[in-house]
Amino acid sequence: MSTKLQSRGEKATRAGFGEALLEIGSDEKVVALCADLTESVGMKKFAEKYPDRFFNIGIAEANMTSIAAGLTTTGKIPFIGTFANFATGRSFDQVRQSIAYSEKNVKICASHAGLTLGEDGATHQILEDIGLMRSLPHITVIAPADFSETKRAVKAIYKHHGAVYLRFGRPAVPDFTTDDIPFEIGKAIELNSGIDVTIIACGVMVWRALQAAYKLEEEGVSARVLNMHTIKPIDVQAILSAAKETGAIVTAEEHQINTGLGDAVANVCARSFPVPIEMVAVMDKFGESGTANQLLEKHGLTSEAIIQKVKTVLKRKAMTA
Amino acid sequence: MTETEIYTPPILETTDDLAEMARQIRRDIIRLLTMAQSGHTGGSLGMADIFTALYFKILKHNPQTFWDDHDQDFLFLSNGHISPVWYATLARAGYFPLSELATFRKINSRLQGHPATDTHLPGIRIASGSLGQGLSAAVGAALGFRLNKSSNFVYCLMGDGECQEGQIWEAAMTAAHHKVDNLIGIVDFNNQQIDGEVRKVMGVEPFADKWKAFGWIVLECDGNNLADFLNAARLAQSLARKEKPVVILAKTVMGKGVSFFEGTMPDGTNWHGKPPSKDHEAKALNELPPTRFGDF
Repeated sequence: MSTKLQSRGEKATRAGFGEALLEIGSDEKVVALCADLTESVGMKKFAEKYPDRFFNIGIAEANMTSIAAGLTTTGKIPFIGTFANFATGRSFDQVRQSIAYSEKNVKICASHAGLTLGEDGATHQILEDIGLMRSLPHITVIAPADFSETKRAVKAIYKHHGAVYLRFGRPAVPDFTTDDIPFEIGKAIELNSGIDVTIIACGVMVWRALQAAYKLEEEGVSARVLNMHTIKPIDVQAILSAAKETGAIVTAEEHQINTGLGDAVANVCARSFPVPIEMVAVMDKFGESGTANQLLEKHGLTSEAIIQKVKTVLKRKAMTA
Repeated sequence: MTETEIYTPPILETTDDLAEMARQIRRDIIRLLTMAQSGHTGGSLGMADIFTALYFKILKHNPQTFWDDHDQDFLFLSNGHISPVWYATLARAGYFPLSELATFRKINSRLQGHPATDTHLPGIRIASGSLGQGLSAAVGAALGFRLNKSSNFVYCLMGDGECQEGQIWEAAMTAAHHKVDNLIGIVDFNNQQIDGEVRKVMGVEPFADKWKAFGWIVLECDGNNLADFLNAARLAQSLARKEKPVVILAKTVMGKGVSFFEGTMPDGTNWHGKPPSKDHEAKALNELPPTRFGDF
């Protein structure tokens, strides 16, 4: 199945969110709320087309979070949009009590996540959001890989009854995923088959994982690539198959090494089928100003870094064999 | 639990009838708190009159169709720690069996220390306890009513100490900006919080002026006088639907109804967060004679 996926050009994941939100807006149950970032997060077209069902709450994200929870009590499906930092870190207690504990059907749509937010710097570059959200019961956590997958994810979470944290980003990134494999919440997508090692990635690191796998193939290493778009509930079966069939795992994410995808994967393996695991992530540091690519480079979130971790994990695999 | 165990709420015509029910709810509060040996006595007793008036006179509600029928008034309790008065009132209004009041704060109970939805207790639409979130939720429900072209009201109960939380004012600003005029806020204005008097811990005055400045219509009443509160609630309904939210600042006495629980103690403490002992229970029930409705 290893037809190499190609980029069809670069598009922002937030634009995918905006397009899909506009489409599902035909359902009158769908309402959208934003905290003074309407254009930035991709909600402008929805706001223009459905002004009665769009509420700008101003710079008050905690308030917006609880308002959305209240809207669900009248049968609405609220999509709230803001930067990931404000959607999670700033509003954690509101997400916890008003949404997760109260089991409300709110879709928390968080843009500008991670280092790729770029020049604004560390104050806005949240790298802890996946950890914050996946620590909460009753909440689904999704980080799509590109524009097209973000669109599919938005349509999937609209149909799914329950709280969702959807993480996407600011910059234009390669758009490469296809409709061949339908987007199913909680089900990882195998983008490249392989038998020596599995690279498990989410968000912008999926493209880099693929580039790493293609390069490794030239070097004679067969790397499976899993697009783990849903971090919670994590696809335990796909992880355990990877562990059993390839015997080594490298995770890759635009997030702190603590509490993110890597921890989620390691948790599954440690409890059921331990194999050597290496992690590509931000090493317990805050970000800084710079372009998205400069920051990814500086913090080691590249396909080259993934290749290095694959080589390390393969050595460990050989030692334990 | 069977349907037959659910209390059939009486029709309460006069304020004397309501006062008797409020006394019964106070007895229920004292008894369930003593059984639990945990929970908030003062605010619960102070709000017994308002809860009685709301559930037996003001709210358009139907316990039988609570889960399915949105065509009723919604009530949100933002200061969830006064759950004892809410639970006692809900049971007396026919939402769940009276006997369940004995399970308050105990393992496997639907009556959590602070109101929860995951135990599926009829009457509760969102969890509350971490303060400041309820008014936002109520604003959301009121916006939903507007979109659904519903003619019902959303009521939101808050504490005065709770109004130290910034989110209350974010929600207040939002309600005015979006012309949420089907929302009636009720603040338990008892000047008490855990560490003592609100004015000493972190003053909220000029309280009415603050709400007015945030774009609300403000009414003030004696929250322990049933007739006065009923007038205020009906006035609030008549002033609503004019593109402005309405808030009632209801002056109450923490611990109302039991002399030795009322207000501030000589040592500066209060009965905000303490349950009665068995000894306190007996003395308190002496001050609240039995009613024709009977204890649970």
